[in-house]
Parts: sequence; structure tokens; C-alpha cells
Amino acid sequence: MVTSVTNLSRSGLSDWIIQRVSAVLLAAYTLCILGSLALNPEMNYASWRALFDSNLMRIFSLITLAALCAHAWIGMWTVSTDYMTSLQFGKSATFIRVSFQIGIVLIVAVYLIWGVQIFWSS
Amino acid sequence: MLVSIYRYNPEIDNKPLMEDIEVDVPEGKDLMVLDVLALAKEKDPTIAYRRSCREGVCGSDGMNINGTNGLACITPLSEVVKPGKKLVLRPLPGLPVVRDLVVDMSIFYKQFEKVKPYLINDEPAPAIERLQSPEDRAKLDGLYECILCACCSTNCPSFWWNPDKFIGPAGLLQAYRFLADSRDTATNERLAGLDDPFSVFRCRGIMNCVAVCPKGLNPTRAIGHIRSMLISQGS
Repeated sequence: MVTSVTNLSRSGLSDWIIQRVSAVLLAAYTLCILGSLALNPEMNYASWRALFDSNLMRIFSLITLAALCAHAWIGMWTVSTDYMTSLQFGKSATFIRVSFQIGIVLIVAVYLIWGVQIFWSS
Repeated sequence: MLVSIYRYNPEIDNKPLMEDIEVDVPEGKDLMVLDVLALAKEKDPTIAYRRSCREGVCGSDGMNINGTNGLACITPLSEVVKPGKKLVLRPLPGLPVVRDLVVDMSIFYKQFEKVKPYLINDEPAPAIERLQSPEDRAKLDGLYECILCACCSTNCPSFWWNPDKFIGPAGLLQAYRFLADSRDTATNERLAGLDDPFSVFRCRGIMNCVAVCPKGLNPTRAIGHIRSMLISQGS
């Protein structure tokens, strides 16, 4: 068993499931947005706004936002542990990797809070 | 025919180089790569490589042949090089080179050891032997045949990036061989040791292992079975 304390859920299985479920959610949300654009060719600001003001869409959007954040964190964490190791960077690898991971956490947190503000304000 | 061989002696050479050797291959015969290597060694006896059974059983002569990992003894020339082209031999990628085509397999064996590749059974042993039904025995087909040549693991980018943490296709095939064995009673302990983000879950399913296995085995499928077992145990 390899111990890891910086991945999203501490468990490889849990991360794996979250990544797959969040990918399905992101695909469903994309189809939903594309579908509403296709069904309303004369979409204007008012109808676009009305779509996102509905409670159902708000919940869907926020769940998708959470899924996007989890998906991004798992993916970027994996990239950092693949390509920012002592094999590539020698002794400074840990510093580079942890700095990158902190940066990603901050970016994800900013987008999450900002996104909640956008979807919840009306 | 021209054979280009990776030469490196870490004790003497600053860096590796490719040595080109002209070898006389008999007309009308489809030699194995190992035979060509033997002819090259006649010209230059300092070339180092491992070999033993010369029939794909011992797994000693795994090497990178024109860009693809394989066993030199059971890879015919016609399969890897077009007529008139150069045969290029390099050591298995991703492992430290001891000399020329000989690599240090320590980390590969360490990952193999991690999966406890032996039967664990805490029940008292019966008088003669632990019996297994033909159906349960059939579940081990496609798993037990692995000869540990390391062609698969050294063709896997996840193993290149994290050879100390990702068990690799060869080790995981053996992990599943004992998870699937009806006589083994340590299934839960074995699964608990695989639930971290590296041991199994670094596999991205690109199937390089399946493409190169000289025995035609399918580690990706075994890894999928391990994932399914982890999900049914952990959900």
C-alpha cells in the first residue's frame, strides 16, 4: 500500500469512482446546454437568464460545478504525481510538486466560490 | 544485414552509443532476433545480453526490438524488420542499464514481491492436497502463464513515471492470479493493499502491456477484474 495524503479522497478507488461519475455529469450538463441552445434557436439574454434562474437548473449547475472541481483536482493531482517526480526534477521535485498542487487547490477554490456566486445571484 | 546495438558500460562510458554491425544472415531462412544477436556477438564478443532457454520460456532475453518490446528468441526477423532495413536492438526501456542490453530488474521484482505472489491459506492443510474444481482452476488460465520477462511493465508509461509506486502490469496480473484462486483465503487483505491511488489506479488502460506480451496474456483485463473486486468490496 502506497500512502498518499494530497489526493482528493485518500483512496485510489474513491478518486477513480469520483472521476468517472463527475465525467458523466459533465457530459450530461454539456448535452443539456447544447440541447437547450438547439431547441431555442432564437435564444436571447432574457430566455438565457430565465433558464438559469429556474431552481432545477441552479441545482444542476452547482452539482456540475462541484463535479468539475473534483474532476479537475483528481486529474491535475495525477498529472503532478506523474510528471513532477524526482525522476524528472531530482531533489527539488517535492517542492515543485507541492507548490503546483497548492496552486491548483487555490485556483479550484476560486472558481468554486466564484461559480457559486454567479449561479446563486439573481 | 545491418544490426544496430545499444552499447553502454556505465563503468567506462560517459554515455550510451549505438554500434552498427554488419551480420551475414543466411538466405532463405527467417532467423530469430536472438540468432542474429549471436551472429553479431561472433563479430564483437564484448556485446552483453541475457539469454537462456532460447524458446520463450525463461523470459531472460526481453529487449526493445525496433521500438517494440519482445523476447528476442521467439521474435522472427520478418516480424520486426522489412527486407534491407536495419535491426535496432535496445535494452528494455525505463530500467537502469547494467551493461549493453542487460538491465537491472530489481525494482520490477520488488513490485512483484509486493503482491505476495504465493498462496495464502489459514485453514489447516488437508492430509493430501487442497482440491480445486476444474471450473475454479479454469479461472487461472491466462494468469499463471506469465514468465516475468518484464516486456509489459517496461512498455508502460505509468511504470516509467512511478516504478516505485505503481505495481505495473506484470505484478498486477499475478495479484489477480491469487485474488482469483479459490484456495486463497487472503482476498480481503490483498485488496486492502491495493486501494491506494498508485498501486492499481495508475493504470490508464492504454493496453501497451497487452500489445507486447510475448505469451499473449492480457494484464489490462486482469486489472479491470481487480478494480471490479475493489468496487464490490468497497461500495
